[in-house]
Amino acid sequence: MSTVVLLTLTGLGLAALYFLVASGLALVFGLADVLNFAHGLFLSVGAYGTWWASDHLPGAGPSGWGFVLAVVFGVVCGTVVAALVELVLIRPLYRRTIEQVLVTVGLSLAGVALLQASWGSDPKPYPRPQWTQQLTSIAGARVPNDRFLLIGAAVAVLAGLLAFLKYTRIGLVIRAGVEDRSMVTALGIDVRRAFTLVFAIGGAAAALAGALGGVYAGSISPTGGSSLLIFGFIVVVIGGMGSVTGAAYAAVAVGLLQQFVNYNWSGLGDICVVALLAVVLLVRPQGITGKVATS
Amino acid sequence: MTTQTAQPTQAAAAPARRRVPWARFGPLVVLVVFLALPYCGLKIPGVFDSPVNKPGTLQLLALCLVFGALAMGYDLLFGRTGMLSFGHALYFAAGVYGTDMLVTKAGYGLWTAILLAVVGTATLAALLGAIALRTGGIAFAMVTLAFAQVAAITIGRNPGGATGGEEGLPMATERVPGYLVGVANTVNLYWLAVGVVVITVLVVHAIADSPAGRVLAAVRDDERRVGVLGLDPYRYRLFAFTVAGGLAGLAGAMYALLIGGATPHIAASDQTLTLLVMVVLGGPGTRWGPLIGGFLFTYLDYRLVALGDSDAVAGLPGVLRGPLSQPLFILGTVFILAVYFFPGGLAGLRTRLGPLARWIPERR
Repeated sequence: MSTVVLLTLTGLGLAALYFLVASGLALVFGLADVLNFAHGLFLSVGAYGTWWASDHLPGAGPSGWGFVLAVVFGVVCGTVVAALVELVLIRPLYRRTIEQVLVTVGLSLAGVALLQASWGSDPKPYPRPQWTQQLTSIAGARVPNDRFLLIGAAVAVLAGLLAFLKYTRIGLVIRAGVEDRSMVTALGIDVRRAFTLVFAIGGAAAALAGALGGVYAGSISPTGGSSLLIFGFIVVVIGGMGSVTGAAYAAVAVGLLQQFVNYNWSGLGDICVVALLAVVLLVRPQGITGKVATS
Repeated sequence: MTTQTAQPTQAAAAPARRRVPWARFGPLVVLVVFLALPYCGLKIPGVFDSPVNKPGTLQLLALCLVFGALAMGYDLLFGRTGMLSFGHALYFAAGVYGTDMLVTKAGYGLWTAILLAVVGTATLAALLGAIALRTGGIAFAMVTLAFAQVAAITIGRNPGGATGGEEGLPMATERVPGYLVGVANTVNLYWLAVGVVVITVLVVHAIADSPAGRVLAAVRDDERRVGVLGLDPYRYRLFAFTVAGGLAGLAGAMYALLIGGATPHIAASDQTLTLLVMVVLGGPGTRWGPLIGGFLFTYLDYRLVALGDSDAVAGLPGVLRGPLSQPLFILGTVFILAVYFFPGGLAGLRTRLGPLARWIPERR
């Protein structure tokens, strides 16, 4: 029983990371049709921003409110980078999907190389508040606290995103744009303004994933974003591209599947996740929710 | 005024007529030059560290040729059929590890191993392609990416000691013919790499010039219309995917021979991304662009490391020195600029600069 609880909570923690990466990807893809390979870069920027801030930013540190400040700094970095990428690089290529993908590919290669040039390619030890390493007993299982941190952050982001999409005017525009962009444009609303916002939100979520993923893993490296990004892609496809709730369901499914299979048969978890992806695409190509993924 | 405008037209028409034999024999001339390079003892400072016929240079040239061939095969998917596959590294890695494992672990002879690896890779591509091609566009890109990621993870995990895990798997040289082993025999490997390029070029051009190749181009340009004409786009896509997989397997086998084994980084997703960069820089869907793109990208990737270590860069302030010592930073930036300003890649440069060249004498 205690193993099941531990595996479930660890799986949910992993799912939280996947969701933070995938929510931004799903929104960006749903609204702007951009398959964003630079999303892993936003994640790394968040992680490195937090790491840098905890050492250099006055008032920030590896524990307590200092750590919160460091994470905020990392998230702000990711948000700014994401908004700049949209404004400078993606916007001029509006409606040229392939070129947009290519630019984000080039950006992901150059960005990782730039991080390597600045701080070397070796993993860096990451500042972790003491309490995240302590254990909490739940139903006989001793669970590290960082799982709760991840789950809490993801639930907060999910609730915030849903409220934003549901109750604000710009959220309404985004929801309408995901469903039918030409109709929204025909009604005289400039959807492209929402693009920058969606990129910024996605960048912020990814940067948060990077900052908290560092706590989970204990170290960060320039290439760390890319493997998380691939699972983010898988979650987006399974969840139905463009859907935030779909991404949440899919993230939980992928995280739990991976943990439970990996516990019983080491190494098979990742393969099972891809098998799940193949099955979903063959049986239900539009993903768990709505928007058709085959376009 | 009339004479002035007539002159450039004549001048433009004359080289066009003379260019026909050049277009036909040009590639042959280039092939002969490449075949003869090992007999050239010239030292070209700045381009190569050692004289052209030294093993180090030939090894680099052969590596450039292998990636040129790989890019050419990938272009059959991306440039000619319009399929954005993010998993081509899988088939390259299958060729590398397939050849290596068949020779080192299963004890086959080299040529049998290469043949089996290429056929096996093509079969794998046909199987996975049959699943992945049920989706299209961006979903296809993600599915291929996911398949390749599984392969990369599996290779890293080293199941049953088969792949050697993170350390890679050096090839057992005792079952490789003697004339392909050792630094002194690099020249034979180089010629073999030229042969791989020739095979790839012949296959890709034969397909492109055949009726099937025209259907592939039609699938790229307007899939629905191909369906209306009564042809099944799925079959043609799967055909292209299988052939491209087999060609990647062949390039992989050559790579395994050249490097003398396999390392896990060739299966990483970055490998496919750089492949995409090669094709786009060279010119997707053109006759020679991908080959030139792959060749130049690999050359620059290696040479820019030397540039990063050179005195000129070391003298720069730290802000510039760091990024310039990273080849991928320079190449990634060049790539982004190329997407904006030279969408046709290197092969498109001639048509883009053509009007400019004709315009300059006219003004004079």
